[in-house]
Amino acid sequence: MDLSAINPAVLLASLMVASTPILLAAIGELIVEKSGVLNLGVEGMMITGAICGFAIAVQTGSPALGFVGAAAGGALLSMTFGVLTQFFLSNQVATGLALTLFGLGLSALLGQGYVGIKPPPVGDINLGPLADLPFIGRVLFQHDAMVYFSLLLVAAVWAFLKYTRAGLILRAVGESHDAAHALGYKVVWVRLMAIAFGGACAGLGGAYLSLVRVPQWTEGMTAGAGWIALAIVVFGSWKPWRVLIGAYLFGGVTVLQLNLQAAGLAVPVEYLSMSPYLITILVLVIMSSGRGRAALNAPASLGRSFHASS
Amino acid sequence: MIRLEKRPQPSRAWSYATPVLAVVITMIAGGILFAFLGKDPFLAIKTIFYDPLLGEFAWYYRGQLLVKAGPLILIAIGLSLGFRAGIWNIGAEGQYIMGAIFGAAVGLAFYPMEARWLIFPLMVIAGALGGFLWAMIPAILKTRFNTNEILVSLLLVYVAEQFLASMALGALRNPEGSGFPGSRNLQQYPAAANTELIAGTGMHWGVVAAFIAVIAAYVLLKRHMLGYQIRLTGESPRAARFAGVRPNLLIIFCMGISGALAGLAGLFEVAGPAGQISIDFNSGYGFTAIIVAFLGRLHPVGILLAGLLLALTYIGGEAAQANLGLPAAAIQAFQGMLLFFLLAVDVLTNYRIRLRRTEAA
Repeated sequence: MDLSAINPAVLLASLMVASTPILLAAIGELIVEKSGVLNLGVEGMMITGAICGFAIAVQTGSPALGFVGAAAGGALLSMTFGVLTQFFLSNQVATGLALTLFGLGLSALLGQGYVGIKPPPVGDINLGPLADLPFIGRVLFQHDAMVYFSLLLVAAVWAFLKYTRAGLILRAVGESHDAAHALGYKVVWVRLMAIAFGGACAGLGGAYLSLVRVPQWTEGMTAGAGWIALAIVVFGSWKPWRVLIGAYLFGGVTVLQLNLQAAGLAVPVEYLSMSPYLITILVLVIMSSGRGRAALNAPASLGRSFHASS
Repeated sequence: MIRLEKRPQPSRAWSYATPVLAVVITMIAGGILFAFLGKDPFLAIKTIFYDPLLGEFAWYYRGQLLVKAGPLILIAIGLSLGFRAGIWNIGAEGQYIMGAIFGAAVGLAFYPMEARWLIFPLMVIAGALGGFLWAMIPAILKTRFNTNEILVSLLLVYVAEQFLASMALGALRNPEGSGFPGSRNLQQYPAAANTELIAGTGMHWGVVAAFIAVIAAYVLLKRHMLGYQIRLTGESPRAARFAGVRPNLLIIFCMGISGALAGLAGLFEVAGPAGQISIDFNSGYGFTAIIVAFLGRLHPVGILLAGLLLALTYIGGEAAQANLGLPAAAIQAFQGMLLFFLLAVDVLTNYRIRLRRTEAA
């Protein structure tokens, strides 16, 4: 094994790229769960976003339009979940699973003509002299726009939840929908908007996979990224900055195991590929056991249907 | 303005009618989807739902029906027990894989011995054990550390898939396979083969196990204290605790049973229709079984019927693929739609629809 082949600057730079899809999906799901809705369909929305973004980028030649289309596709698909859970009052766990199963099928159907095609390249944005800084320039300032967008989004979500009135209403709806309803807030509409936002973010995350990280379209390419995003929301105990840490930690593990594979570590490739999932489970266990007490921070109405009786 | 009014009790009539209604709506929506794909919708629906049962080549397809329905029913029965109690094991796909690996490993360890009376039962036990142990991971993490069983059981599917690949390429690879991935074919090893019991029907030991599971689950839920506790926990967890139900024990039981049944399904598949451990051995039965469980209303007899119906969409889908060039993914989307529509029309079971003018709130 040759560990000297691993360049720490490149490793950290690719960590940011590897983390971005999960960060985008997780920050969207954070808003959804903050409004008291548990959407287990992240995987389905991500993969739908991946193919929508890929197809539109290939057709128009513009990755930017691809990302817009991916967000729209994810949001549109999430609305089936929204309508079912909010108007038809269906079980959120079952509906979320249905969304994932349907999304996987739909994306495979949409993506039939796109296997083996190369998407238009997504360029890095030019940050001028910052990019030329030794080490730090390579790690932080030579990325595409979506990496920075995802970081801005985390900051925006944090500020939204902490400082704005709308954020307060969203949290109120998630903590006690009956009280929020009694105060005159439109519980169902707040939740629908949150679900749409979560769908758009998951779509963006999926498109980042198919347009930047891989970049290619293959069936089932998200490979559990949506589920890991769900786990990272728990890991982050529903706090935006902790979600960022969780996503980057996960990205670090992914990149490290890929580098160890390339360096020829004497462990079979399959066992290294398992490691991100195993570490996610381990982190979940630590967070939910007695001392982590993540569950205490969960929105109180999480996963419960709201039906105004009068 | 349309309003929903909660029923004091779920409607019995609607709970029988909604699955049928959902299937009908899915056929219509599926027809529209197929029309968009440029296929004749009526011909497509007929190819999927009618031809395999009563068409010209039905003698071939009918056998396939039980082959596909067996694992779906077996897994769905296990899942339904947990779902009833609010315990969400959605990693049946992983438990299915582990059951197949455990069972096949035991069978291959005895190769080329001929004592079927010993080897096959041992494989069955190993298969159930493999699924059971894999399901115990989320179960124990849930009871011991209160970790979310949905996420853990699902993430373990990806771990199991990697493990399957490593087994197919490593420890279980056929030593006489000239380096190709995949194990020896158990179908060609009489002591371990899960053969067709009645020629041309598709009936193998896995299907027998599925029927036994249906009956056992029915008896358990109707006549046994444990079944009562499962139902009670699902309907009112708080009341269940006052009634002396021990939630942790129930979690271990439900996860264990569903894992063992999924493992059995995997074993019967690998020793029968699939024949060998290979990288792409698993084909999503563990996920489709979730649809089967819900479509069957978590009731054993319902699951039996739902399993047959979903099996029909599988083989009908294959027929439509061969005859009409309908993409395989269309059937996957079709199955997903079925669950959506079922969940949507389910509102009729629990709520009454009232038409009324809006009043100032």
